[in-house]
Amino acid sequence: MLSNLTPQLFFGQMLIGLINGSFYAMLSMGLAIIFGLMNVVNFAHGVQYMLGAFVAWLLLNMLGINYWGALVIAPIVVACLGLVMERLVLKPLQNLDHLYSLLATYSVALIVEGIVRQQYGSTGLPYQLPISGGINLGFMFMPWYRLWVVVFSLVTCLGTWLLIEHTKLGAYLRAANENPAIVESFGINVPRMVTLTYAFGVGLAALSGVLAAPIYQVSPSMGSSIMIVIFAVVVIGGMGSIIGAVATGYLLGLAEALTKVFYPQGANMVIFVVMILALVLRPRGIFTSSEAAR
Amino acid sequence: MSPEGATPLLKVENLQAWYAESKALHGMSFEVREGELLTLIGRNGAGKTTTLRSIMGIVRKRTGSIRFKGEELVGRRTYEIARKGIAYCPEERAIFGSLTVRENLTLPPVLQPGGMDDEALMDAFPNLRRRAGSGGTKLSGGEQQMLAIARILRTGSRFLLLDEPSEGLAPVIVKEIGELIQRLKAQGFTILLVEQNLRFARSVADRHVVVENGRVVDVLTAAQLDADMARVKSYLGV
Repeated sequence: MLSNLTPQLFFGQMLIGLINGSFYAMLSMGLAIIFGLMNVVNFAHGVQYMLGAFVAWLLLNMLGINYWGALVIAPIVVACLGLVMERLVLKPLQNLDHLYSLLATYSVALIVEGIVRQQYGSTGLPYQLPISGGINLGFMFMPWYRLWVVVFSLVTCLGTWLLIEHTKLGAYLRAANENPAIVESFGINVPRMVTLTYAFGVGLAALSGVLAAPIYQVSPSMGSSIMIVIFAVVVIGGMGSIIGAVATGYLLGLAEALTKVFYPQGANMVIFVVMILALVLRPRGIFTSSEAAR
Repeated sequence: MSPEGATPLLKVENLQAWYAESKALHGMSFEVREGELLTLIGRNGAGKTTTLRSIMGIVRKRTGSIRFKGEELVGRRTYEIARKGIAYCPEERAIFGSLTVRENLTLPPVLQPGGMDDEALMDAFPNLRRRAGSGGTKLSGGEQQMLAIARILRTGSRFLLLDEPSEGLAPVIVKEIGELIQRLKAQGFTILLVEQNLRFARSVADRHVVVENGRVVDVLTAAQLDADMARVKSYLGV
């Protein structure tokens, strides 16, 4: 089997892994931020990602706004929807067990996906590549757009990490993850912080959706298919651990690709095998120290 | 101490509070005067901590009246109450482990003019300067307590709610905390202190409110407490 392994095949798969990993990382980072502050497992995350792609498609086909405009506008539009959802759906449930908010976000996801499917059908809608062409690296061909996705995702993840670990705003967020009541007792408007954090996480999901539109098709089910993987990534990285979510996202994208090269039949299950191993061996997540997890 | 009959800084009337379905306060009434140091003393579970948490709005389910400078606090959110000039230091200290000592210290925003700036706080607590870069929970218990008090001085709030600052600390540290509280009082802070340690409470307070089963059962001045220790010990069951 390995005899027909060419560098082109190997690096081609690794690039796909890196691209998938970029989406896993960005999406699971948002999920981890939301879970850390709100104790909400946001099962609408996949659908918010899909909405990002759809809004980009609508902007292009209804208003003629191109990809670069959509990259700014779509996340803002979807984040505003997230803001409304936090107020109407999540806020009333905030003092209940987190099973309630999990079910509520999952219900919203099913409803929204159903509406989009009703309106636009379940076959994917094409979205044209905003940057065509690429560069021959000798061992493989690298399309410009894919390079853009990888770099953009890395910068977004790094920027968000810096924001959380090295700014005052981030210190508020980390403190509120630990003890929101005490942070509020310092005179900080924690309820507003929660709403804005949710909107930020939702905006990140939508941003990933816009990035994804030209690569995958824009389809109503693109969110639900990735959601399960994202959830696994967050569990493996440690619920609420941002760095864990990002690192696990990239690593699992690559792990999936490696499996595709060496044992294609196992590619779809490798993530879940890792999840089970992680749950058995390090139930708090492979990137959380025992102290941080408390 | 302000004269009798003057408007109190804080007036608590018939305060009742609940944790979920269980009632913890059954009608607390007392007042705190500007510039005084008042303690809430009583047995474990009497409702002292709940009283502080109700004033701060951390216990949300509460009825009755809590007036601060004449303004009603019942029904207000915690952050709104804090912005009126009340600062709270909880019993568990609540130092954030994911933040450095410096981040812990500088986390509370300046709410009113007159708060201590970061340099002044570092000067007042030299240990914190030395360990500014370490993780907040890497400090010793006494250092964590100092940090917990220091950081609320940043806000500029002049009314402090301190919950058992002496708890679980070595006698030499308890003495230091006592001196710190005395200094704050001398600087004009009004302090509502929850204390189990009667000796510590005696050493700093102007008046004592005795709490039992979520009610106030007695109020004593420092002199009355000294004169009638037997009565107080019967309340506390020591």
